[in-house]
Amino acid sequence: MYAVRLWSTRHARGLERFYRSFESMLVRLHGIARAIGYARLERPVAGVERVVKGFLFDCQMCGQCVLSSTGMSCPMNCPKNLRNGPCGGVRGDGRCEVKPEMRCVWVEAYHGSQRIAGGVQAMQALQHAVDRRLQGTSSWLRVAREKAGALGRTTP
Amino acid sequence: MIFEDEPVPGYPLPILPGHTSPGRLERVLRAGVFAVTAELAPPDSADPDDVYRRARVFDGYVDAINATDGSGANCHMSSLAVCALLTRVGYAPVMQISCRDRNRIAIQGDILGGAAMGVCNILCLTGDGVQVGDHPQAKPVFDLDCISLLTIARALRDEHHFESGRKITFAPRVFLGAAENPSVPPYEWRAQRLAKKVAAGAQLIQTQYCYDTVLLRDFMRRVEDLGLIGQAFILIGVGPLRSAKAAEWMRTHVPGMHIPDAIIKRLSGAQDQAREGRNICVELIQECRSILGVSGVHVMAYRQEESVAEAIDRSGVLAGRVPWFPERDRGQPLSRAIQ
Repeated sequence: MYAVRLWSTRHARGLERFYRSFESMLVRLHGIARAIGYARLERPVAGVERVVKGFLFDCQMCGQCVLSSTGMSCPMNCPKNLRNGPCGGVRGDGRCEVKPEMRCVWVEAYHGSQRIAGGVQAMQALQHAVDRRLQGTSSWLRVAREKAGALGRTTP
Repeated sequence: MIFEDEPVPGYPLPILPGHTSPGRLERVLRAGVFAVTAELAPPDSADPDDVYRRARVFDGYVDAINATDGSGANCHMSSLAVCALLTRVGYAPVMQISCRDRNRIAIQGDILGGAAMGVCNILCLTGDGVQVGDHPQAKPVFDLDCISLLTIARALRDEHHFESGRKITFAPRVFLGAAENPSVPPYEWRAQRLAKKVAAGAQLIQTQYCYDTVLLRDFMRRVEDLGLIGQAFILIGVGPLRSAKAAEWMRTHVPGMHIPDAIIKRLSGAQDQAREGRNICVELIQECRSILGVSGVHVMAYRQEESVAEAIDRSGVLAGRVPWFPERDRGQPLSRAIQ
């Protein structure tokens, strides 16, 4: 919902902090998740993720979430799917070129990231082209598996 | 400026040390002179002469010609084809690639194809939304964005592989460019966005129209603070406005177009509005020349292309230099022509 989406960027700091602890919990649960099987968890977790993030951010389930580097403003709501910053068509009042009824996702992202420690810095990260195969999959599980793998956390 | 190693028109220049392309635009920019590029509106026709006619009006005044890629989301001859026609006779085109109409498979193919046809400059753009053009019913693609496109183009050139990782056997030797718009929000972040483009591989920046020199100077100060001057060549977008009414229409209908009220007031107060529009353009070109870090201007004079030469001439920015055009060196011996 548009109003909630705007609320989320206004509360980017708290949401980002919450996500950090949520993510480390997911990483700690890696052993259990692996025992159950990530494939088996995919559908239920993706379902929950879709509802929660859909409510808060109008999440489009791209499967490769970058909310922490976009001030909690989902870049997939940009009609051009821009993941590296705003286009040159933003209107003078900060509204979207394609959908003037909404504020530019990246103008929001810039405001949101100023509320997060290191947020503006994070916006400078180069985001690679989206892997369209991940559409609809859980970003949470992917991050948990990747981070746990990087930490070498293989035992429960 | 006549290069010592000027080739037969249509053939590449030798690539000098530290250069990435065999093109004349990179040569001119790296030589440190004030460069001029202009935008060619591709014809709504399949006649190559329409392209050559449109290029000829710039002869002797511009260092490179941008071929737009469905600009304003309107359908025209493709940028790749316009560039291929232009390189045949020796012009230095800038091939614009927009992410709106093609996915990464098509775009990477066009980069290889363009380079094979002698294109030395590529401008990576996001593209206007389809809603502003003549085909609002079309499917917008946006598989990539301008920055992921830059990253991919640079990997093709420097690492010799597609986005998939699959190797290519001969890399496109291109000078990579991107756009920036200092006149729209988020203003404070625009210079940082430029930094991001430079980090992704942009060597050339051509901006949107900059009619607001206060915003432009502010932007360039931030660019300087970020240490970007010298890392990319920045050409500022300028162009003549036909009348106050046309300016008013453009700022409401053309995405990313910001024209300050003062300019519109100046136009509406003039006896000959078109003449005043050209005067403003000349003044802007001269002002750009005085800003630290600006390497040239990019003139966009849609449907007024014939006025570009006069504006450049009056501005004096070429300082007596005659950029290459097909007839320029006729009669001159071609030293070290292509062997």
